[in-house]
Amino acid sequence: MFIDLLNKYNWESTTDLIYSKSDAEVRAALKSNNRTIDDFMALISPAAEPYIEKMARQSQIITQKRFGKTIQLYVPLYLSNFCENNCIYCGFNSHNKIDRKVLTYNEVKEEVIAIRKLGFEHILLVTGEADVKAGARYLNKVFEIVRPYMSLISIEVQPLKPDEYRELIKQGLNTVYLYQETYHKARYTKYHLKGNKSHFENRLETYEHLGKTQVHKIGLGILAGLEDWRTDSFFTALHLNYLKKNYWKTKFSISFPRLRPHSGNFEPNSIMTDKHLAQLIFAYRLFDENVEIALSTRESASYRDNMVKLGITSMSAESRTNPGGYAHPELNKELEQFSVNDDRTTTEISRMIRNNGYEAVWKDWDFILQ
Amino acid sequence: MQALEIADKTFTSRLFTGTGKFSSGELMRDALLASESELVTMALRRVDLKEQNDNILKYLLEANYNLLPNTSGVRNAKEAVFAAELAREALETNWLKLEIHPDPRYLLPDGEETLKATDELVKKGFVVLPYVQADPVLCKKLEDVGTSTVMPLGSPIGSNKGLDTRDMIRIIIEQSNIPVIIDAGIGAPSHAAEAMEMGADAVLVNTAIAVSPNPVEMAMAFKLAVQAGRIAFEAKLADKTNTANTSSPLTSFLS
Repeated sequence: MFIDLLNKYNWESTTDLIYSKSDAEVRAALKSNNRTIDDFMALISPAAEPYIEKMARQSQIITQKRFGKTIQLYVPLYLSNFCENNCIYCGFNSHNKIDRKVLTYNEVKEEVIAIRKLGFEHILLVTGEADVKAGARYLNKVFEIVRPYMSLISIEVQPLKPDEYRELIKQGLNTVYLYQETYHKARYTKYHLKGNKSHFENRLETYEHLGKTQVHKIGLGILAGLEDWRTDSFFTALHLNYLKKNYWKTKFSISFPRLRPHSGNFEPNSIMTDKHLAQLIFAYRLFDENVEIALSTRESASYRDNMVKLGITSMSAESRTNPGGYAHPELNKELEQFSVNDDRTTTEISRMIRNNGYEAVWKDWDFILQ
Repeated sequence: MQALEIADKTFTSRLFTGTGKFSSGELMRDALLASESELVTMALRRVDLKEQNDNILKYLLEANYNLLPNTSGVRNAKEAVFAAELAREALETNWLKLEIHPDPRYLLPDGEETLKATDELVKKGFVVLPYVQADPVLCKKLEDVGTSTVMPLGSPIGSNKGLDTRDMIRIIIEQSNIPVIIDAGIGAPSHAAEAMEMGADAVLVNTAIAVSPNPVEMAMAFKLAVQAGRIAFEAKLADKTNTANTSSPLTSFLS
């Protein structure tokens, strides 16, 4: 299990190692044809910062070779903002006094029809953690409603039981996004005060359960703004490497959400600048040619426009983080998890992709392959 | 140049092409046109079988290509057969490029499952073109169960490394009674020409054309390379030799 591997590392000495990487080690990492986790460490280190242009160029070439000149588009559908957890950085935090809502099945249908009209065929279903109100049984029913309109269904919900995942896979589940948020075990509970999510090891173990179900794709990542992004990204890469070797039939996707304004008053502990995020994306691409990299509407329009050609493979568009936000954008505005940074329409986003010389891919899966 | 026959169809062009990775549908259309390819493969995962207006499918149907749907994304024989049957119904073709790769990174084909699926699909009336490792024994087994071609890889898909498997491909070509199409890893026109000179019946090229800064010109270059390689094969290449031939015969004392 990954926890055994993780336990062999010490957070502070790993951080020291990253910060002591030398110029020569960065240059060796850039030259290598077969990059190791140690090379990755050099590429995310401060020593690599002067090489960001070189990294961008390599990242572009590698990404084009593997993924072509294409960007996949997806859209999140927030089903429910009920949550039993108390994560101090999140708008859905159970202590936040906000209106709570779980979409009825009729509202789900209304939402998915509105989403389909925008052109999307890849949908990401999102909930807070509320097993009774929006658990596996609810999701099963939602899948039945969504499936006729979509080609690919992903979820970003609370950890489910292996059998619950298996059942959803039968219903067409393709991808599970599950974020560990931070790999700093000792400080994890400072951010996740209560609820199932407060158990670091349980959450980490979910990846093992998921791998065993042979789900088509697993998305992982950290929340940038909690702990030092370099150290946390190193452990994400270590986790990714472990998962690839042990669950070899599954694809992996990675993303680096940065904290956005939300209900509540948590201030980031560590700031990840635009340049840092770019360095990290390029470093991942140079380390892993096949991993999918997503850039969501948490990032600004101009940042996303510039990153299209440099290593990412998928983007969301016109996201509404409030349940019910597609069919009735104004009605449920106060329910949102965080405010998006790029609020352009889907048409504007796909035009931007095209103007960059890339094709917007709406469909890259089919239930007949499941 | 001899025509190529596969099952019930005859092809003038020995360059088969793919439809992935292009920066737009229009560019794909123009590149395919320049390639003069007559058989075009497309991933079922990418096309919308319900909508004729699909951004890939509409161009292929307009230009009247022979469609070769592929099963990229399935991980075993059972999933492949299921997808194949639905594709046959929706696209009205019984031609199928069988791709079974449980490993989503290098997309290396699973020979065991491919053999199983080919056996079943042939019995169900499909014309099967299976993507396989350059494994001469597997290719003979596939022939035994009635595959229409074999499509061994030159090197891992998308790698542009050329014929890393050339020694095995040579054996496959030598032993085969059915067309041998080199399917993956062809990154340059010279690789395609080499495969054709060796006696491959056709090559399938996608990444090298789609990802080129100028896909239309690159498609044309591949077309010419495939033709050159084939003509050279038919004309029979002169043997290579490492030593100069001496002008005075060694056996004159025998006359």
